[in-house]
Amino acid sequence: MRRILAVAMAAGVALTSLVACGGSADKNSNTNSAAPTGKLTVFAASSLTGTFTTLKSQFEKAHPGVNVELSFGSSTTLADQITAGAPADVIATADQASISGPEKAGQLAAKPVEFATNKLIIAVPPNNPGGVTGVSTLNKATFVMCDVSAPCGAAGSQMLKNAGVTAQPKAFFPDVATTLTQVELGEADAGIVYVTDAMGAGSKVKAIPIPASDNVTNPYFIAAVKDSKQAQLAKDWDTLVSSPTGQSVLQKAGFGAP
Amino acid sequence: MKSDRARVLGSAPAPLVVPAVAAVAILVVPVVAVVIRAPWRSLPHDLTQPDAILALRLSLETTLTTLGVCLVVGVPLGWLLARVEFRGRSVVRALVTLPLVLPPVVGGVALLLAFGKTTLLGRFLESTFGVTLPFTKAGVVLAQTFVALPFLVISVEGAFRASDARYDDAAATLGASRWLTFRRVTLPLTLPGIVAGGVLSWARALGEFGATITFNGSLPGTTETMPSAIYNTLQLNQEHAIALSLLMILVSVGILTSLRERWISGVAP
Repeated sequence: MRRILAVAMAAGVALTSLVACGGSADKNSNTNSAAPTGKLTVFAASSLTGTFTTLKSQFEKAHPGVNVELSFGSSTTLADQITAGAPADVIATADQASISGPEKAGQLAAKPVEFATNKLIIAVPPNNPGGVTGVSTLNKATFVMCDVSAPCGAAGSQMLKNAGVTAQPKAFFPDVATTLTQVELGEADAGIVYVTDAMGAGSKVKAIPIPASDNVTNPYFIAAVKDSKQAQLAKDWDTLVSSPTGQSVLQKAGFGAP
Repeated sequence: MKSDRARVLGSAPAPLVVPAVAAVAILVVPVVAVVIRAPWRSLPHDLTQPDAILALRLSLETTLTTLGVCLVVGVPLGWLLARVEFRGRSVVRALVTLPLVLPPVVGGVALLLAFGKTTLLGRFLESTFGVTLPFTKAGVVLAQTFVALPFLVISVEGAFRASDARYDDAAATLGASRWLTFRRVTLPLTLPGIVAGGVLSWARALGEFGATITFNGSLPGTTETMPSAIYNTLQLNQEHAIALSLLMILVSVGILTSLRERWISGVAP
């Protein structure tokens, strides 16, 4: 098992450098050859659901005959699936740690690129039943957060540590979507979620900012998958996400620039 | 060495044997994979970690409570469905078995909508008894009961149906009330079936994940049961998660082995 992993890693490193060298040549061949068609499978962190769905329709308009399939989930789960050989073309994660798994296993076509950042915020129900005014008043309220195994949980516990808050959450949830649901349903007085999730929930929750000195910034990374049969499309998708168009979609949803 | 029966009937035909072997493979191969991949050397260390002990203790504590709740309310319901003819019986039976086919996550959401803090029922429970269910051990028991109870009701009803109702009639002609008949005649006769149903529902509760994590989240020591702990650990430390999975498999195999004899005799007496 270990030996196979080592070989795969070596192959990955070799391929990564190959791709890096051939970058400029690729661009030329793209204009000559017929535009690729077919299916492009994108694995993305669940916090990218709204923005990537918007980008999907833009991408499909610009690439007739291409169908983008989006699969959202916890970054760590998606990364584990890629490492295990899941048939995806692109992976985008909400942190660096999870994408480093498939990167080390040699499953990525190139080094992951940072394309956005996200910060934490405290989401409370509109009437704020717990009277939460900031990080320091969390201990008075029933609050929930992501499990530390998910990027949002790791960031959340770091933020609590920065703020010197010792209060324990009432419960941990596997990802940010289920954490936010508890706030939306009014089960929890507060939830530690990403800025983008609170914005996405609209009037169902109120967002209470966290001071920059305590807050944790999560970088978002994207990379094409090595075994992809849609190498060109995967690269085009990555380009779109980092382009001014992609960035404006992301920043409208509350993401920060990389 | 073939039995007389096998000599008369001939050997089992390939169109039945081959798919049957495939069926066994589908069910057994993943479990064998866990056993093979288990970090045997670090196993004693993995299984004595505080988090493993905490999760196992919570799982045992909550599932045994769930079993108690299931027996107290499920046995009477099984008896009612088997022995009393009333209007809407088939509707009740269908509703009671619904959680069997419902995805557990849907069950968790349904529980939130029914017993959540902001719902009518939830507010009543809080103001009257000072009880809030989500995020608590009681909430874990509720979620487990929701998914495990149908298993008990179905098997207990089957046991009551299989036992001869004429014993009840005989007891009645001898002047016994229905309550006395239930305690002294029906219950002892169907005890093996009830035990089997209890073990089955306990096993289901032990493996419960979807409804529990949706309704309660996971907090070590309070709501993080074994399946939740395995799920959370899988993201951080695969070896440790595999060790915990192996422990679950061992416990489940233990349950099923103890159940096997009774279960089979219950289905085909």
